[in-house]
Amino acid sequence: MAQPAQLLSLRGLTRRFGGLTAVDAIDLDLAAGELVSIIGPNGAGKTTLFNLVTGLDRPDAGEVHLDGHPITGLSPEKLAGKAVARTFQLGRVFGNLSVMDNVLIGAHARLSAVKPDVPLIGPLLELGLALLRPASVTSEEEQLREEVRAILARFGDRLLPRIDQPAYSLSYANRRRVEIARALALKPRLLLLDEPTAGMNPSETEEMQALVAELKAEGLTILLIEHKLDMVMRLSDRIVVMDEGRKIAEGAGEEVRNDPKVIEAYLGHGLSRASADQREPAT
Amino acid sequence: MNVMSSATPLLQLTGINTFYGQAQVHFDLSVEVPRGHIVCLLGGNASGKSTTMKIILGLVRPRSGEVTFDGASMLGLTTPQIVRRGIASVPEARRLFADMSVRENILMGAFVRSDSAEVARDLERVLTLFPKLGQRLSQRAGSLSGGEQQMVAMARALMSRPRMIVMDEPTMGLSPLYVDRVLDLIRTINKDGVSIFMVEQNASLALEIAHEAYVLQTGRIVLSGPARMLKNDTRVRDAYLGGGGLATG
Amino acid sequence: MSSWLDYTINGLIVGNLYALVAVGLALIFGVSRLINFAQGSIYVVGAYIGWVAVVQLRTPLAVTIVLVTVASALVGLIIERFGLRPLQNSARIAPLLATIGISFVLDQIVMLIFSPNPRALPSQLPDIRFQVGGGTIGLLDLLIAGVGISSALLLFVFLRFSKLGWAVRAAAQDRDAAMQMGVDVNRVNQVVFAIAAALGGLSGTLVGMYYNQIDTAMSLQATLKGVVAEVVGGAGNVPGAVAGGLLLGLVESYGVALFGTSYRNLFAFLLLIGVLVLRPNGLFASARQLPPEPLTGTFVAPSRPVRLPLWALLMAFAVFVLLPLFPVSSYVLQTLTNAWLFGMLALSLTLVAGTVGQVSLGHAALLAIGAYTSALLSVNLAFPVSVAIICGGLMSAALGTLLISPSFRLRGHYVSIATLAIGEIVSLVILNWEPVTRGPIGISGIPPLSLFGYDLIGAASIYWFCFVVMVLLALVQVRLLGSHIGRSFRAIRDDDVAARAYGLSLNRYKALAFIFGGFAAGVSGGIAAHLYSYINHETFNTQQSILALTIVILGGLGNVLGAIVGSVALVGLPEVFRIAAEYRILIYGIVLLLLVRFRPQGLLGTI
Repeated sequence: MAQPAQLLSLRGLTRRFGGLTAVDAIDLDLAAGELVSIIGPNGAGKTTLFNLVTGLDRPDAGEVHLDGHPITGLSPEKLAGKAVARTFQLGRVFGNLSVMDNVLIGAHARLSAVKPDVPLIGPLLELGLALLRPASVTSEEEQLREEVRAILARFGDRLLPRIDQPAYSLSYANRRRVEIARALALKPRLLLLDEPTAGMNPSETEEMQALVAELKAEGLTILLIEHKLDMVMRLSDRIVVMDEGRKIAEGAGEEVRNDPKVIEAYLGHGLSRASADQREPAT
Repeated sequence: MNVMSSATPLLQLTGINTFYGQAQVHFDLSVEVPRGHIVCLLGGNASGKSTTMKIILGLVRPRSGEVTFDGASMLGLTTPQIVRRGIASVPEARRLFADMSVRENILMGAFVRSDSAEVARDLERVLTLFPKLGQRLSQRAGSLSGGEQQMVAMARALMSRPRMIVMDEPTMGLSPLYVDRVLDLIRTINKDGVSIFMVEQNASLALEIAHEAYVLQTGRIVLSGPARMLKNDTRVRDAYLGGGGLATG
Repeated sequence: MSSWLDYTINGLIVGNLYALVAVGLALIFGVSRLINFAQGSIYVVGAYIGWVAVVQLRTPLAVTIVLVTVASALVGLIIERFGLRPLQNSARIAPLLATIGISFVLDQIVMLIFSPNPRALPSQLPDIRFQVGGGTIGLLDLLIAGVGISSALLLFVFLRFSKLGWAVRAAAQDRDAAMQMGVDVNRVNQVVFAIAAALGGLSGTLVGMYYNQIDTAMSLQATLKGVVAEVVGGAGNVPGAVAGGLLLGLVESYGVALFGTSYRNLFAFLLLIGVLVLRPNGLFASARQLPPEPLTGTFVAPSRPVRLPLWALLMAFAVFVLLPLFPVSSYVLQTLTNAWLFGMLALSLTLVAGTVGQVSLGHAALLAIGAYTSALLSVNLAFPVSVAIICGGLMSAALGTLLISPSFRLRGHYVSIATLAIGEIVSLVILNWEPVTRGPIGISGIPPLSLFGYDLIGAASIYWFCFVVMVLLALVQVRLLGSHIGRSFRAIRDDDVAARAYGLSLNRYKALAFIFGGFAAGVSGGIAAHLYSYINHETFNTQQSILALTIVILGGLGNVLGAIVGSVALVGLPEVFRIAAEYRILIYGIVLLLLVRFRPQGLLGTI
């Protein structure tokens, strides 16, 4: 059977903070089109792992490969240019910018007419083009705005009616939706979602879950950190469980759910034995 | 020990609704700590456990609901005022004063007291509970291991002669040896009459020592009752790992 | 011919004085993550209280010291209670602006009471010197050393052994945990401010005695030197601040020995920039640690900008264009011309500080670069004036951006410190680079404004010239803000981590902002040079930078129309009410404080 191409590949990724090893020699493969979830108790190292993959932090050891090319330690700006998008725990939107502007920023790395890739005088050209606005620049901007409206339409009437309102005036759930829209505007190959439903009520969570399922169905490769485990079970091709920086389990949903190591990591030993006892016939 | 706890609980949270901006974190939360008991609040990540601690300590204000301690309302009091009423805290990840010595950290626990002679005597007593710390008194607190720091944090909490101690995930990140020590200490402290309210992720450990427990899932209490009954209840596992009857569709 | 030992002793003694100021800054930063820009003003207040004690009350030395210490501490308490505590829940930028405003107000009050002329401050000690190795040491040196050492000891004892001292240490390390131990953080802030002010004020008196001179212009330098020492020692690190102070004193002393007195301050500021860029944690910490965040939260106060309808704007435009045709005095036209020139500077600053969030306190340096370039090109090389002014703008854009670029990697208050220092460096270089700038003599005989060969004489033509240039710059800026670059600027200001994650290069866009803003400011400076016909290193000073900042806050950060409205208000209104020049700066400081407290989004709102 042919091996599907690995879009993302982590080998031995490690990060230490003083005496604490936050991420301990993590290996992970993500094939194109897969949705893999990372779960684990508090302090397991999940967000640190995201930061290492997206360039916000440098690993102490290990490598990251995107589509076969090394990307270890590349800055976040460069990774945006390689179609890697991420969202942040608790959401980081641009508060004083409108919804439209927030999502337009997502497409920044794709601007070409107004950002010629010329060394040295590139920034000055960009300034000149932004002021003069020749037809190529205005049509690119118009096209992007159309794309933004199309992306916002995915959220029904939640965001489109508020397209010109500043992000700080939106509800928390809407702000998190704007964050996802912004990530989609980047037209990512790889999307990293950090707790997209944190703080949302059950119906908001359902909506977000449906959206993520849609994105997966469209072929997007997704790496997801989540705590709502039923959501994780339903969406994921594979689940990776981290505890204290290490990967302690990996596999399909049910496998992982019944893995005693996983239960122990979340609940502590003793209870796992009690659950196991319950399933055994009384002797 | 009286099997029936005395009439009014020492700590009562009633109908608490908490918001961070517009995200609702607690939905009608109600929790009680009877006098002299150990009560655990269990739950996974993002369940709202830590916020409950912050409500009790006055670091976060709920939008509605009531918090009473020994019959008196605590809402609107500042944290130092709450501490003076007899509540001590062992914060999540210890939060010692890293550049101060072990001795200074422990004594900071007695900050609200002015009877220095008694404080000195209490220090002696506390050190008998934590013999290992006696050798490390002048060491910088930040240089200790996680387990040793937890010992210091607990010693610190005892120094104000509290009536109740609130602990946030006291066993997190500790080796099994220190986990056992911490649990023993909690039992010992409780036998002296100090009530304990403990927030924990590690359900099995917590249920070993608690009298009562509550299980929190995304801001709502889904289970509660005497700990020995919850110990064998698979619904606890389900509350953490999802699936079973609690999820729909 | 002094010996090296003399220079060392001098360096250590002066370093001692810097250390006193720096320790105060470190204490405040440790507890509230705030750089107290008013520290230098407290230093000046202390110096003048000392003068009053010594010269007017003729108190014995010990009483003088006690008086200065107590009075300065009181000033610190008042500042904390009324200037800063009300801002506890405000936007991140508020305490920064508040301490700047307080600094201004204090300086002006002292100047109004005592007049700006320097005064002598005799040391009350007999002039005996002791032989020490190859050098000498005087009684005043010993006094200063004594005060320094005993202050350090007292502070050590306080922090180590007193309950309140423990509260201070605990609050500095972990505010929340300290509160959970029952520490009243408000009280801690008060105590820390009182101590910092006492040390700062005492240092002011002692410096005054050391040089036998005090004057109100000392304040800015004192703040900067104190910050240099504090940053070198590691922000918030009290023993580090002492070491940093001594080190700074030595560096300056040896620098003066090698290069002469006029370079004294240059070394201090270069040391600051070097440390901020290479070792932001100070010399004594490891480089890999993340520097402490100087306050978190939203940067600017979120608000909806006031949108004036187009007809109102056109009407206002028409009024100002037609004004000279009516019988108005040339005094009114000159005032408004001045407002237009400040308007250009405010446009520049509102872009950089408001839209991009880089609160630059050295913007007057951009004026100076533009002015000198234009002046020199027209005087030395006979460039036509309009061309020279444009070249002034371009030079300011290029050189200004290059000089400020070390601050691009900094965040929050550190940007303001760095830009303040860079502004001072530019001023010093202008003063000292005599072959080019003619040093303190300045440049005279600058040709008047002219356009296409016609000299612009007469208030009306100058007025129109400046108005048109300002309106053109404003229109271009509006166009820029409406483009993807404007969007990028604001994204960087709101959340630079998220901005980076989506491909925005911080360096690129900060540079573009300073290039554009530098051009506007440089043009303003160039025009000013031709208007004044004489400029020197003092023509463009920090007071103008602070006035520009007040204008920008009044108008609304990032608001182009606001910059113009603010200029007319703050430049024009004092003239209308015939407010004397000395009181104006005091009013600007008070306006800044009131805005920060009650309406941080300004008149027209932040954009």
